[in-house]
Amino acid sequence: MTALQQREIKLESQAQTGIQIQRESLAKRPRIREILIQAFLFLCGALSILVTLGIVYELGKESMLFFTRQQWEVTNRTLVEDVPTGWISFRISQSGARLAEGDVIRIGSEVMQITAISGNRIAVERGIQETEPQAHDAGSDIAGATRVTLREFLTRTQWNPQIGKYGIWALVNATLMTSVAALALALPLGLSVAIYLSEYASDRARSILKPVLEILSGIPTVVYGYFALTFMTPLLRALLGVNTVEIYNTASAGLVIGILILPMVSSMSEDALSAVPQSLRQAAYALGATRLETAVKVVVPAALSGITAAFIVAASRAIGETMIVAIAAGAGSNFTFNPFKAAETMTGHIVRISSGDISYDSIDYNSLFAIGLMLFIITLGLNILSQYIVRRFREVYE
Amino acid sequence: MSSSAGDTERILDGPRPADKFAPNLARRHRSGRFWLLVFQAATIAGIIALGALVLSIGNGAFGYIAVQNEIDPATLAVDDVGLQDLPKEELVRILEENVSEGLFRRLEHDLPLAERSRQNVYDLIMERVVEPKTVQQWTLFDSLFRQDAIVAEVSGEYPDAQLRFVSWLDPEFIVTPQSGDAMKAGVRTAILGSLWTIAVAILFAFPIGVGAAIYLEEYAGESLINRIIQVNINNLAGVPSIVYGLLGLAIFVRTLQALTSGAFLGFADPSTANGRTIASAGMTLGLLILPLIIINAQEAIKAVPYSLRLASFALGATPWQTIWSHVLPSALPGILTGTILAVSRAIGETAPLVVVGASTFITFDPAGLFSKFTTLPVQIYQWTSRPQDVFRNIAAAAIIVLLLLLLSLNATAILLRNRVSRRLS
Repeated sequence: MTALQQREIKLESQAQTGIQIQRESLAKRPRIREILIQAFLFLCGALSILVTLGIVYELGKESMLFFTRQQWEVTNRTLVEDVPTGWISFRISQSGARLAEGDVIRIGSEVMQITAISGNRIAVERGIQETEPQAHDAGSDIAGATRVTLREFLTRTQWNPQIGKYGIWALVNATLMTSVAALALALPLGLSVAIYLSEYASDRARSILKPVLEILSGIPTVVYGYFALTFMTPLLRALLGVNTVEIYNTASAGLVIGILILPMVSSMSEDALSAVPQSLRQAAYALGATRLETAVKVVVPAALSGITAAFIVAASRAIGETMIVAIAAGAGSNFTFNPFKAAETMTGHIVRISSGDISYDSIDYNSLFAIGLMLFIITLGLNILSQYIVRRFREVYE
Repeated sequence: MSSSAGDTERILDGPRPADKFAPNLARRHRSGRFWLLVFQAATIAGIIALGALVLSIGNGAFGYIAVQNEIDPATLAVDDVGLQDLPKEELVRILEENVSEGLFRRLEHDLPLAERSRQNVYDLIMERVVEPKTVQQWTLFDSLFRQDAIVAEVSGEYPDAQLRFVSWLDPEFIVTPQSGDAMKAGVRTAILGSLWTIAVAILFAFPIGVGAAIYLEEYAGESLINRIIQVNINNLAGVPSIVYGLLGLAIFVRTLQALTSGAFLGFADPSTANGRTIASAGMTLGLLILPLIIINAQEAIKAVPYSLRLASFALGATPWQTIWSHVLPSALPGILTGTILAVSRAIGETAPLVVVGASTFITFDPAGLFSKFTTLPVQIYQWTSRPQDVFRNIAAAAIIVLLLLLLSLNATAILLRNRVSRRLS
């Protein structure tokens, strides 16, 4: 009996006793279930990209509508003669806004396009943009079509949708006012706290102080809004006089945002400081440096990239902060450099306009997305900058 | 010459390099002490800020109120028997005498007075006849330290008014719905709205977030798309929440209106058909916390020792079997902790919900996914923005409810974390 035969007999007996031997190949083969699961998990991850694309697409689409939507503005020009339905050329009053060939105008409910101008006589194409030619009486007002230009949006300082003024600087300026106040409070304070916790405090003190400060960052921002309005504003008014400080003002909102981002600055900076190896400190002490000199001249420079990143993230957070400014900074845009006056920030404006009944087919609705896009670009830029700084300038010690 | 320089002289002999810096030493130590004080002061300032925040909330949530009655209940007493002790028949008679005929008929129509309990009739008299009104309210600080001035002010300006110390936060405040009258308003609708939206957000974001984290930690190689996904998630975590609100407004409320208003299921309730529903709000919050859940879950999965996976592979398990039976159970407490932290962020979010269209005034409980909604932080925002001071008081009470909710969630997270670290060590 050969060895092979013996083995087969053995296998048969095993099969009879119920033990299955797989004779399949052990080579890798596709497993449908595993592939499906992996595909599903990939889709979960890819959804985050969809979210980003969705944000960019929606903000971009509505912003495009904002810049292309036709609006009517008063030209102060009128018809000087009756214009029947058939006329394609007529006289208009002399004074008023300048009209040019190709301009779109509206008389009554009819929209026309100017094809030629000669003195006070204009030739038009009647009834465009799905309107019908109508007869108009002498004295009818002529409205001119305008669009919000990107140039106006980015350079003007008045934001007043009622009279068609869309200069983003009124809102950006208020955002900068609150953010600068916030950073002026939070950066020096936050860095000081970080240096104290990392370089001076005992382990026991740190284990108590750090969580206590971090409570501040866990409190909802609407609570800070309440705090700004019922504590910070009355405090400022008591200190500086009720005539100087308005009830709603950017300084109060800004300082409270500073308190909100303080734990973020101190916590991230402290992580950066703690990551500096002990040997650097010991080297500084060995050269006779005092504790302060070691902290400020050795440890802080070594952790500078992390600290800078913390500052930038804090700035991005301050710019995007909404509820504090919506409650305490005031309603209605105002281009002012006085921190004790009310001024509406970008985020505050979005909240105020969207909390009313807003029609989807209106320039107000579109303008929210244009502001949102601006906000998105600024904060994304700052976040990317902070990640770049960490990657590029990080000192790596072993 | 300072003493430390003198010490140095005594110790060192011969040419003394120490002399070069010794004159500076005292100054350097002084500046060291000075800056230490500055650093300590900064830390204390942070803690003072926290204290001021807590105090300002307490300051609004408790205090004296002056209540003035339209009719003094003592004048309603019959034969020197107080209103409190009168039998029901007498109470009905008083009610009939003091309210207009139309109102009396309407009350009779709602539920015949004969069938009402004595307590109910008594409450009606208090509400319709006595009509107590809060004429003024004071903060806790004033109530404690300016008591005499308040008493004088009340007796001067409102001679008929009664001074009472109230806590704006009481059990009634939690179980009564929203109302236009600050004295009767409660946060029931807001709490239920918060719970509904959070539930939707978790159901939406938790499976997807954990799935994405598993993919990035266990499957993703070093390919370009995987790097893009990772960078993208980190950036999404830094996008201001109001931008998510705009996204939710454009996608869930407007584009997917048919889904989020419930019209596709035939729930076309005209009052909510504009898509400003719990479903929209919950999914917006879900998108908002998705990056946080992913990042936290990734950390938890990373912490599972690699040897566990190798052991599982060595036994012939497939990648998914390894993940499902070994990696996930070990990482689960960490994932849950991270999720709870993300949820506590979502509970406090206000701006995106205002943009998505939280209702300014609803008094009925949310009935389901396609109901209008308001949430606790939105309610706080609306009350705080009202011009009347009395709404600040109930805003403070609502803030305490919100903070207690957050505190209990965070305590759960900490307990979970402690349990995990004990088990793994």
